[in-house]
Amino acid sequence: MLQILLKRLLIAIPVILIVITITFFLIRMAPGGPFDAEKAVPPEVLKSLNERYNLDAPVIVQYKDYMLNLLQGDFGPSFRYPSRSVTEMIFTGMPVTFELAFYAILVALIIGIFAGVLAAVKRNTALDYIPMTIAMIGICMPTFLLGPLLVLFFGIHLELLPVSGWDTLPGDKILPSITLGAAYAAYIARLSRGGMLETLNQDYVRTARAKGLSEFNVVFNHAMRGGLIPVLSFLGPAVAGLIGGSFVVETIFQIPGLGRFYVEAAFNRDYTMILGTTIFFSVLIIFFNLLSDLAVLIANPQSRSSQ
Amino acid sequence: MNNNSLWNDAFRRLIANRAAVGSACILIVLILAAIFAPWIAPHSYSYQNLDVGATPPSGEFLLGTDTLGRDLLSRILYGARVSLLVGFVATAVALVIGVSWGIIAGYFGGRIDSVMMRIVDVLYGLPFIIFIILLMVIFGRNIWLLFMAIGAVEWLTMARIVRGQVITIKNQEYVMAAQAMGVPNLRLFVKHIFPNILGPIAVYATLTIPQVMLLEAFLSFLGLGVQPPMSSWGTLIRYGVESMEEYSWLLIYPGLTFTITLFALNFFGDGLRDALDPKTSED
Repeated sequence: MLQILLKRLLIAIPVILIVITITFFLIRMAPGGPFDAEKAVPPEVLKSLNERYNLDAPVIVQYKDYMLNLLQGDFGPSFRYPSRSVTEMIFTGMPVTFELAFYAILVALIIGIFAGVLAAVKRNTALDYIPMTIAMIGICMPTFLLGPLLVLFFGIHLELLPVSGWDTLPGDKILPSITLGAAYAAYIARLSRGGMLETLNQDYVRTARAKGLSEFNVVFNHAMRGGLIPVLSFLGPAVAGLIGGSFVVETIFQIPGLGRFYVEAAFNRDYTMILGTTIFFSVLIIFFNLLSDLAVLIANPQSRSSQ
Repeated sequence: MNNNSLWNDAFRRLIANRAAVGSACILIVLILAAIFAPWIAPHSYSYQNLDVGATPPSGEFLLGTDTLGRDLLSRILYGARVSLLVGFVATAVALVIGVSWGIIAGYFGGRIDSVMMRIVDVLYGLPFIIFIILLMVIFGRNIWLLFMAIGAVEWLTMARIVRGQVITIKNQEYVMAAQAMGVPNLRLFVKHIFPNILGPIAVYATLTIPQVMLLEAFLSFLGLGVQPPMSSWGTLIRYGVESMEEYSWLLIYPGLTFTITLFALNFFGDGLRDALDPKTSED
């Protein structure tokens, strides 16, 4: 168990290093300097700017310096907003994005598992078909369409909920969380239905039933433990999708989170900010993949031997 | 001969599946509409008629016009060209890379297999959405680059599926028998293994197309994908969102078209899987 975890960690470290290196050199290959937007800059200003951003050193030295700074948690200054550091911007946006992602996952887990388990238990009835059809719609309806439609209906048409912002008006967190969570709720519903169908046919579930346990007890204590493993292993990779989704949701609802900063940085060609956030997101994704592997190992002893 | 009847059986099962047949019809209509867009589009997709401005659906403009007076129906038809093209080309890229990768790893096995699959494992852990955005930012928003980048991301699962299939079939008794009879490697592969992995490849390819289209629309929605005056459905949705408060049809019709297409592709893919592998369709 510990050995498997250590092995995964040992793979994760070179992967993170490769990501940082590739991103760093890709960014350096980008055409045009970061100061192109400004009008003709006097040479001495340009020189001092280059010094500030360490752009006058050879690329290899820049790379070394960047890596050393990274070790101390310093992502360097932003190209676009020279007064702010990338680290500072990441830490302003991060809590907002985390909170949004947390609510989204919560929405997804509650709705998804409930619908999936219900569908599996009431297989081939209306309680199976209706949630599963809605789940199919949820998967096919992209976040960037669902969000605006929710805004149009609940925000503008019914005037029930605020249509933008985060933490400014009561209830303004509801629509973004649902928008981001909906697709995952749909996936989780399908995964938990499939997983539950499989475990409900297992011998140990039949044994539990034969012992005269209540249906509730059988489903929740016996079948669910095995049946929800697919959901568990989906959660790690889902984080990568959540980050992509946060780009969209934060843009639609004008939420000052990391996702919107990233999209803005991509538009403004704020190279240091792009570099910093890419590294940050990559580490995050790799970390959560590791975490979900670990959770599966704990929940399913069989998977330990197959590794 | 056996092979033929497998596909015949599958085809019969597919035809019996009403959702799949309906989806196939929708898809054929859409593809034809995209191909013949220049002939069937009622108006020019780029002609700006500022006197008209944004008008709701009417007899002349069936789905209305956008804020610049361009016919929405024509724009959706032309958008279908870009969106479907991305779907097919990027899937083809993913198919070529993934299938050859999976076949080589699965067929040769041993160390080659473990190295190749380890590479896939490592790539799986990478934040590809972010890398695609990075590429689009650095190298400009070029549509062919977009195809390549998306295809380069989507091949991983394909490689895993194909490898698994090749390994399963390689260990079947009839393949071993053929091997024992001295059938050369290439012939063994082409005659006995390849026909049997075509099914899963077809299924997964069909299910990759909607994913690829979603990715393209996602990028276009953020403004990092297809650039004007070209428009994909993602771009149309983006403009629709900007003006949805006053002109809701600009969001609703492109959104509806996009969702129906993804729906049809997913249903068709599911139907294909059920038809080719009746075992899974039992539950």
